[in-house]
Amino acid sequence: MLADKDRIFTNLYGFQPWNLKSAQVRGDWDKTKDLMSRGQDAIIEEIKASGLRGRGGAGFPTGLKWSFMPKEPRADRPSFLVINADESEPGSCKDREIIRHDPHKLIEGALIAGYAMRARAAYIYIRGEFIREAETLFAAVQEAYDAGLLGKNAAKSGYDFDVFVHRGAGAYICGEETAMIESLEGKKGQPRLKPPFPAGAGLYGCPTTVNNVESIAVVPTILRRGAPWFSSFGRENNKGTKLFQISGHVNKPCVVEEEMGITFRELIDKHCGGIRGGWDNLLAVIPGGSSVPLVPAAEIMDAPMDFDGLKAVGSGLGTAAAIVMDKSTDVVQAISRISYFYKHESCGQCTPCREGTGWMWRVMERLRTGDADISEIDTLFDVTKQVEGHTICALGDAAAWPIQGLIKHFRPEIERRIRENGGALEAAE
Amino acid sequence: MADAPQIPDEAETRARWGAFAWTAENAEKAKAVIARYPAGRQRSAVMPLLDLAQRQVGAETQTQGWLPVPVIEFVAAQLDMPFIRAYEVATFYTMYNLVPVGRYHVQVCGTTPCLLRGSDDVMAACKNRGMVKGKTTPDGLFTLTEVECMGTCTNAPMVQINDDNFEDLDYDSTVRILDALAAGEQPKAGTQNAQRHTSDPEGGPTSLKDMVKANHDYRKEW
Repeated sequence: MLADKDRIFTNLYGFQPWNLKSAQVRGDWDKTKDLMSRGQDAIIEEIKASGLRGRGGAGFPTGLKWSFMPKEPRADRPSFLVINADESEPGSCKDREIIRHDPHKLIEGALIAGYAMRARAAYIYIRGEFIREAETLFAAVQEAYDAGLLGKNAAKSGYDFDVFVHRGAGAYICGEETAMIESLEGKKGQPRLKPPFPAGAGLYGCPTTVNNVESIAVVPTILRRGAPWFSSFGRENNKGTKLFQISGHVNKPCVVEEEMGITFRELIDKHCGGIRGGWDNLLAVIPGGSSVPLVPAAEIMDAPMDFDGLKAVGSGLGTAAAIVMDKSTDVVQAISRISYFYKHESCGQCTPCREGTGWMWRVMERLRTGDADISEIDTLFDVTKQVEGHTICALGDAAAWPIQGLIKHFRPEIERRIRENGGALEAAE
Repeated sequence: MADAPQIPDEAETRARWGAFAWTAENAEKAKAVIARYPAGRQRSAVMPLLDLAQRQVGAETQTQGWLPVPVIEFVAAQLDMPFIRAYEVATFYTMYNLVPVGRYHVQVCGTTPCLLRGSDDVMAACKNRGMVKGKTTPDGLFTLTEVECMGTCTNAPMVQINDDNFEDLDYDSTVRILDALAAGEQPKAGTQNAQRHTSDPEGGPTSLKDMVKANHDYRKEW
């Protein structure tokens, strides 16, 4: 188990105040100027060497992403850092804990990351439903300004940098980076076609990098303790510590920071008091938030919880939000409810997603009750394949994958319902 | 679009809200919001200003607030943008109410992580108080909505009522909260499980135990 001294988010549960004074006692904003004086390229190299991969789901190497930003921004085209705090993926609730209990880690990270990528300002896009969390974040940013840590000559580094908070208003799709930029510009959050990528033309047409809250908030600690410290955790290509969120049928759901690559069994036994009803009662797990396919009990139990470990069992780490389902679960209903989520959240821009998410949900509801024909399982699978990869953003893929996972692993259960229902089968004969 | 909101009668709405303008306090807030965005990019402020306007309507009507068309027109004019661009923002995002709501907007999360932990019981507690999904109770007190994932999944099931979250609910605690609100009290927000502080495991944390009692500085152990 990860030692407490190696945990980055020491006030994760909010037992202590979030304010600047308390955060400084815990080590935040300690000689930030010295960290910055290492130079922009040195910071990017250190983050590259640490092996940090983006914590928002896609797992793109963070340092590499920063290096795409222009080295000498033009005066009329300043660069921007946009921090994605639109945490809306079902199962995910880690950024919320950072924002409401350790906001200064995020704000300090914003300054350092913004400086490294030569950005003029950072916008933190926080989801609208995080109302109290946004209040904390606004107050924490104000504290940082009042203490001279942001603004002109931020933290006495000689660099001018602003951090602004922007509240969303309830749209899952704004977690997609180009939709977030559209939303920041005051429009509907509909994703843009790429290229151009945000690093070329993003917010207001200026070079922009979008990073997840956790990716930014870990940066100051990585720089203080060094890349070798961070990369001493986890397996090759899957380095560091990570906030895991375990919800569903465990005895004690929680958010916890652990080493990447911890096995699912250890994670649950150490922190969540085991599976409800014991390990024999485990049915399946959605290991990375609702967008990734579910994994049946036998395959997930001893799988390492990291990017490659979960890819090997046909799923993904995503945001490391494990949704645990025991044998009392109506697994078809659980996935159907996720299909409803995507139907609700489709932005309506691309036809395969706008029409497909609703169609898939309606078929899923019929499969749930067994009011279908066995051949419709294949039709549904076929339609998910037609949605996947045929939309501007990944929401279409995210809607397709949970259904594909269900059909792959629980086809006998779906067929059983149809047979027991009987009606549609006879009608077809 | 059978479940699309039924926009209230325009003549009536215009008579009531046609003269909408910021209160002195909100005018200051609006100015500060617009200042967050670069010059000429004031349109970026449309989302926070629509939220501010909805809150002002809420304060005037003693509800969570909503966005009558003349109010959206007012915001669009202030930002020098066409009405339709503001209106499409108001209709795209779910947190803008296009129809009047009650004193308390009860938003029950029904997505899978909450479903697995018993959001049906929370919904039942609401329905047994006479609430109907998508409707306001006749006394104007509660509006019930089933919403999608609110990002508090390790504290499921949950409900957001106006600005506060109530987490780790069951049937009884939901009834208790609704009773308290109906009686004009402000129930304790956050987790309703006495064994939890926030998102820590029930019965005390399995890590970072030093933090419970004091603001521990772990750097000495690095």
